[in-house]
Amino acid sequence: MLLRHTTKEIIPRKALTINPAKTCQPIGAMYASLGINSCLPHSHGSQGCCAYHRSTLTRHYREPVMAATSSFTEGSSVFGGQANLIQAINTIFTTYDPDIIAVHTTCLSETIGDDVNQIAAKAVAEGKVPKGKHVIHASTPSYVGSHVTGFANMTKAMAMYFAKATGKHNGKFNIIPGFVEPSDMTEIRRVAVAMGIKPIIFPDTSGVLNGPQTGKYKMFPKGGVTAAELTSCADSIGTIALGPLASADAARALDAKWKVPCQVQDIPIGLAATDRFINALRIAAGVSVPDIITQERGQLLDIITDMHQYFYHKKVALAGDPDHLIPLVEFLVNIDMLPVHIVTGTPGKAFESRIRELTSHLPCTVNVKAAGDMFQLHQWIKNEPVDLLIANSYGKYMAKDDDIPYVRYGFPITDRVGHSYFPTTCYKGGMRLLEKILDVLLDRMDRDAPEEKFELVM
Amino acid sequence: MSTILKDPKNIEPGTGVLPDPEEVRKEMLARYPAKVARKRSKQITVNKIEEDGSVPEMGSNVRTVPGIITQRGCSYAGCKGVILGPTRDIVNITHGPIGCGFYSWLTRRNQTKPPSDDHENYMTYCFSTDMQDQDIVFGGEKKLKAAIQEAYDIFKPKAISIFSTCPVGLIGDDVHAVAREMKEKLGINIFGFSCEGYKGVSQSAGHHIANNGVFTHIVGKDDTIMDAEYKINLLGEYNIGGDGFEIDRILKDCGISVVSTFSGNSTYDQFANSHTADLNTVMCHRSINYVADMMEIKYGIPWIKINFIGAKSTAKSLRKIAAYFEEEKLIKQVDEVIEKEMKEVEKVRLDVRSRCEGKLAMLFVGGSRAHHYQELFKEIGMKTVSAGYEFAHRDDYEGRKVIPQIKIDADSRNIEELDIKPDKEKFTPRKTAEQITALEEKGYEFKDYKGMMPDMDEGTLVIDDISQYETELLLKIYKPDIYCAGIKEKYAVQKSGIPMKQLHSYDSGGPYAGFKGAINFYKEIDRMVNSRVWGYLEAPWQKNPELSAKYVWE
Ligand code: SF4
Ligand code: SF4
Repeated sequence: MLLRHTTKEIIPRKALTINPAKTCQPIGAMYASLGINSCLPHSHGSQGCCAYHRSTLTRHYREPVMAATSSFTEGSSVFGGQANLIQAINTIFTTYDPDIIAVHTTCLSETIGDDVNQIAAKAVAEGKVPKGKHVIHASTPSYVGSHVTGFANMTKAMAMYFAKATGKHNGKFNIIPGFVEPSDMTEIRRVAVAMGIKPIIFPDTSGVLNGPQTGKYKMFPKGGVTAAELTSCADSIGTIALGPLASADAARALDAKWKVPCQVQDIPIGLAATDRFINALRIAAGVSVPDIITQERGQLLDIITDMHQYFYHKKVALAGDPDHLIPLVEFLVNIDMLPVHIVTGTPGKAFESRIRELTSHLPCTVNVKAAGDMFQLHQWIKNEPVDLLIANSYGKYMAKDDDIPYVRYGFPITDRVGHSYFPTTCYKGGMRLLEKILDVLLDRMDRDAPEEKFELVM
Repeated sequence: MSTILKDPKNIEPGTGVLPDPEEVRKEMLARYPAKVARKRSKQITVNKIEEDGSVPEMGSNVRTVPGIITQRGCSYAGCKGVILGPTRDIVNITHGPIGCGFYSWLTRRNQTKPPSDDHENYMTYCFSTDMQDQDIVFGGEKKLKAAIQEAYDIFKPKAISIFSTCPVGLIGDDVHAVAREMKEKLGINIFGFSCEGYKGVSQSAGHHIANNGVFTHIVGKDDTIMDAEYKINLLGEYNIGGDGFEIDRILKDCGISVVSTFSGNSTYDQFANSHTADLNTVMCHRSINYVADMMEIKYGIPWIKINFIGAKSTAKSLRKIAAYFEEEKLIKQVDEVIEKEMKEVEKVRLDVRSRCEGKLAMLFVGGSRAHHYQELFKEIGMKTVSAGYEFAHRDDYEGRKVIPQIKIDADSRNIEELDIKPDKEKFTPRKTAEQITALEEKGYEFKDYKGMMPDMDEGTLVIDDISQYETELLLKIYKPDIYCAGIKEKYAVQKSGIPMKQLHSYDSGGPYAGFKGAINFYKEIDRMVNSRVWGYLEAPWQKNPELSAKYVWE
């Protein structure tokens, strides 16, 4: 047994987190920064955080993840990190020559109270920032929120630093895709373009964290939203923010400052959430939905009707991020599965009430917790076993111990490939999700079938 | 292989002709701001071996330049991740915000194998106090105490340890006081580590803090003497990819028993009992040599440097252990084991060597592996043209004889040195002074490590705490056949069209230690440097872009 100390008996905990279902802000900020063209993320703190964030992102994407650090020592922790950050800015521009440095803080620099804006201004005044280059900044203390919060903070920071209205509409539409895979960002772009929309998508890690093998390494590849696009997003027709936690702040800030009307939607995972996304896009941008999209919707629905018997009333346990879990649970409910245990490490009561709403009509009790952890999820599973587990790679320990069919979903996925290339968003992504779910459910039936019941056609 | 040294710009990669290392070094420094170049110049050295065996002074264990893109991590990572991570039966609580604990959860490949399902194993778990803003403002000691209580109530472990992350030191939580109080209250061993990430300049500081803690709080607590003839400890072996299992297998065949490994596949009880061994063998000098020193002073256990990476080194190390015990029976047994194992090793080695001979390798990793793995490459005829450590000190480069000359700077001074005296009851010299001298006169080397540089060719480039920029330049100029480092470097190297082997995690491979490990490594390198996959980098239309013929429809 891998998790041999996880008991059925649940002793309530207030202080100890066991097997977290979240991680810290800066990694989200680093991921968002990588979605800006020619940008080097910079971690203002001790070098350990940066090493950890880079390693974790690298394991998930299997791509180069470059980022620099202020390398605080005990001295900087006492006197503040100004000298370190100014030296870092100088070293980075001289050595690596990005167009943009995106600084995020860590628990250490936040606790010290370093004022990064003031330090960046000093660096500019001292001539350490070459002309036409930029230092942007987001505050990302990890003792608040989670990695999703950090993503949101950096996304807001990039928009607010660059956006500047000219007074003339640019005929474009802003889409903030949320903390999703590069493949999802590509898919969201494809769908928007198919609808005749010219999107500005930020951040956009496609082409950065799923780049091709060419034998020629480039620290700053072609992908990512450009500074010019970010500047122009103040002139867009509107903004759709996907995922209330990851994207809403940026969209609302653009609305408040530059009067770009915004709406917040769920990430288009599954049928209903994608329906809402497409419909909102259609109305907001004043376009009609092309046949190809309607056809993809029909194909997704076709799989659902064809395979409904295998989904019906199967119990599911999920761990992940609120922005993903809400549409995902809705999708499972829509295909008549029973999501019974749902946990996120990210705090916020709104999550629990959304899930309660979505599952209120189910013929079973549903356990849901924000600011929970995977230990708790596992204990729930021990008390009420499930037919399917959906979680990041840490889920495999529960899946193996309790022999549960298991689909990897979320962050990080460190033991399989595919997530960065094949989307799980929009209708096509929904089809892929169903394929994955069916694969594990049917493989399990095949494995367990006695010979006389082993079927060729399922 | 020809090694005519030339100007870097004129070198055709893959010709076996190497560039002038001085020129490479110059080019490497040229890009940096003046202050940075001055600093880096002390850590980039062209190797030279003097008649007396000494090598140039190597700048190391100094602060990383902010912004330079380093491989290094922090003291917490060295303490919790590296040293205490592989011990399975201690509940390790990270005191801090969630990230530090999350990232050190199952991400190192230190394997562990409890004897049965009933034995404790907490390595698959991550425990954290997940500090929130109110804990930062009002202090986290209350939450820490509650967390320890909860861990105790749920798991009833024999020991709990606490690891401090950066903010903890800053807000002044006294984890040691909490540990003492809870130890008293719960009656189990509880201890804390002040391993805040800003301590020292790299993971190395964390190793030291961890080992001091293990030495102070665990070692020496259980005096039971193992019923075995030749009892040793294995220090600085972390069982990555099962290395430790392979070493254990060989030692067992030789009739040598391991009391405790620090810390691969280890348990609390093994640490507690480790002072009863008769010899300490040190694998990774960097991370643990001071424990060997402390155990010698306090308990009278001599130590030797050994290395189980490379078949030859393994054989040599086994013989060295046997020679220490000075018993014919053991010496014979060891010789037999070596002879038996080497048959298969040689078969594979010669086969692989026929395909790898003359190829170039680079190694930038850790505090000992960049040295040890050169042995394996040598065995298959590959040449290490450049190497360096991520967090080692001068003695790991130049040998222990430079230790008296190492200047203690502000960053090192922050790391506690324990003041160790012989234990009144437990100090028993395993060998008399005369016996030691007699062995030394025969050429036996106690507590000696000659470092990496004397083992490297002249004209090779030694680089400490290499930066991403320097890595890219090396790849461009030398076009090595393989580059070894860690996960953060992995894909930038491979995207340059060069196979990359991780020597922290082994890329899911291993074991690479011992005899079977050597075979695994030979085969792995053969797979990597002779693979077809690197031949597909260009599509047919990129190779021949011009249109030579058109379809004609008639
Ligand atoms: S200190 Fe904070 S920012 Fe750094 S890894 Fe830990 S939780 Fe994340
Ligand atoms: S906060 Fe400090 S202890 Fe935690 S990962 Fe960062 S540097 Fe290491």
